Amino acid sequence: MIAKTARARELRLELSILGVFGGIFLLFLIGNPDTFTRFDIYYSFMSTIPFSGIMALAITLVIIAGEMDLSFPSIMGFSGWVFAKLSNVLIDRGMDPNLTIILTTLCCFATGIAAGALNGLLVVNIRIPSLVATIGTMFLWRGLVNVCGQGYGETLVPVNETFLFKLYVGRIANTIPAQAIWFLGLTVIFWIILKRHRFGSHVLIVGDNVESARMMGIRVNRTKMLVFMQMGFFASLAGILASLEVTYLWPSLGEGYLLRTLAAVFIGGTSVFGGVGTIFGTFIGAIIIGSLEGGIVAIGLTGFWTQLIYGLIIVVSLSIYSYFRRRE
Amino acid sequence: MEKEKAEMANTSSPEKLVSMANIRKSFGKVVVLKGVNFDVRYNEIVGLVGDNGAGKSTLIKILTGVHQPDRGEIYFKGKKITIHSVDMSRDMGIETVYQERALSEQQTMWRNIFMGRELTDRFGFLRIEEQKNETEKILREQMGFTSKAITTDSIVKSLSGGEKQGIAIGRALYFNAELIILDEPTMGLSLAETRRVLDFVGNIKEIGKSAIFISHNIYYVYPVADRFVILDRGSIAGEFLKAEISQDELVDKMVKLAKTGKIE
Repeated sequence: MIAKTARARELRLELSILGVFGGIFLLFLIGNPDTFTRFDIYYSFMSTIPFSGIMALAITLVIIAGEMDLSFPSIMGFSGWVFAKLSNVLIDRGMDPNLTIILTTLCCFATGIAAGALNGLLVVNIRIPSLVATIGTMFLWRGLVNVCGQGYGETLVPVNETFLFKLYVGRIANTIPAQAIWFLGLTVIFWIILKRHRFGSHVLIVGDNVESARMMGIRVNRTKMLVFMQMGFFASLAGILASLEVTYLWPSLGEGYLLRTLAAVFIGGTSVFGGVGTIFGTFIGAIIIGSLEGGIVAIGLTGFWTQLIYGLIIVVSLSIYSYFRRRE
Repeated sequence: MEKEKAEMANTSSPEKLVSMANIRKSFGKVVVLKGVNFDVRYNEIVGLVGDNGAGKSTLIKILTGVHQPDRGEIYFKGKKITIHSVDMSRDMGIETVYQERALSEQQTMWRNIFMGRELTDRFGFLRIEEQKNETEKILREQMGFTSKAITTDSIVKSLSGGEKQGIAIGRALYFNAELIILDEPTMGLSLAETRRVLDFVGNIKEIGKSAIFISHNIYYVYPVADRFVILDRGSIAGEFLKAEISQDELVDKMVKLAKTGKIE
């Protein structure tokens, strides 16, 4: 069937991704019924998936707007480092941990937003293609962590009794990791913004056809700037969550997130060409990518299989979407 | 709108909606417009014809705020104005249907109609139902789409070229444009689709608005326009009311103009 309405197109996309998702979990269930009928593995998924999941939501908007950002893992690392270092400095000077974490959270967010704004500036004002510009800033922020931190990590134990800590990565009723609720809540918010808010509409239109957007009076530059800034913001939030989860800031925080996060978005069905995308798809895509490694090991294959299976799933799902798109 | 329509139809007001007087414009050493006088009256469709490089586009871009004239005056509804920007021209009620249509092909109809001018609440959330209802009205009433296959939720990419042009025109009409400028709206369209677009132009006249229809093709312009303005190398070469001239005579004049540089 040729999808002529947006609803039909979306439904088909979302059903395909759900199909892939269902298939994978069915395999897990058959492969290791013991593990996958107990709560433990889901608990572990819920505590690890949100970090890249939240960034996947944010990068989805960037990609829909027709841009790319490769620097978000480095922004995550640098703003996370600002958060941890500043927390230690302030607490060493005798500041109350509860107050400290509020203050350092704000500084971390400000760092992330500023880093995103720099990407926006390079792309919008200096007119460097975003793929290239963010390769530059990717090295820039990672390099800054290395220079400032000299390879040392930072402990976050001093803030682990604070209220905000519990809000970020506490365990609700001792079972549900708070970051899973963040991820779920943000998914709903992103979905609403993309589908039902003027900003989302502008993101779609700018990604679809920049010239048309300009002719119809949409402030293209402002839209792109905001898109990069929200990416920076959510990278910094992910930085806080990921480092607090282990109460330690590794100077390598963020490394390894880039391709897996992007893979989640594309498995989810968002087009690399811009103008169309789905938050629901990204949500499911992030879960698929995040659960594969644990699942593969649980069903008895060795860790050596992980990348092979990642590759297979990405290639297969992208082929399905491409086939549909061609028939439109 | 019905009342306005009746009034407009009954009184053939001699007043001018737009009057451009002695407009001159050059780019570097190239003089593109050499003192052009160009008017559009209320509820009038003006066919602006002329060869490539005659200055049609430049004249129109001055009216839409893309270019500023070097000299000359513009009056809108009798008031002298200076058009600084595209936004300003749009605020006054001048809408342009561009050759390239300015649509977002992968988006739905209702997003396209309201792009850049979304109906929202105080917090910027879209009033989707309202946008869809208004789009439905534009679809059925102004654009005359009757096919059930086309809905407000249709993706623009799935429509034909003529239908797309219809959306662009419907959008301009919806935002209460006083004057709609159609820049080569039939370019690249099939015969049937062209007919469609000409019907849309007819609608503009019916609901009491004015339009400037720019085209190379007299055969398309003639049936829908009330008056023809021939532009040639930066000057007005001739101006005719439809009552004064037949289609064949108009074509003859254009051919003569191309051969001899003179209209008589």
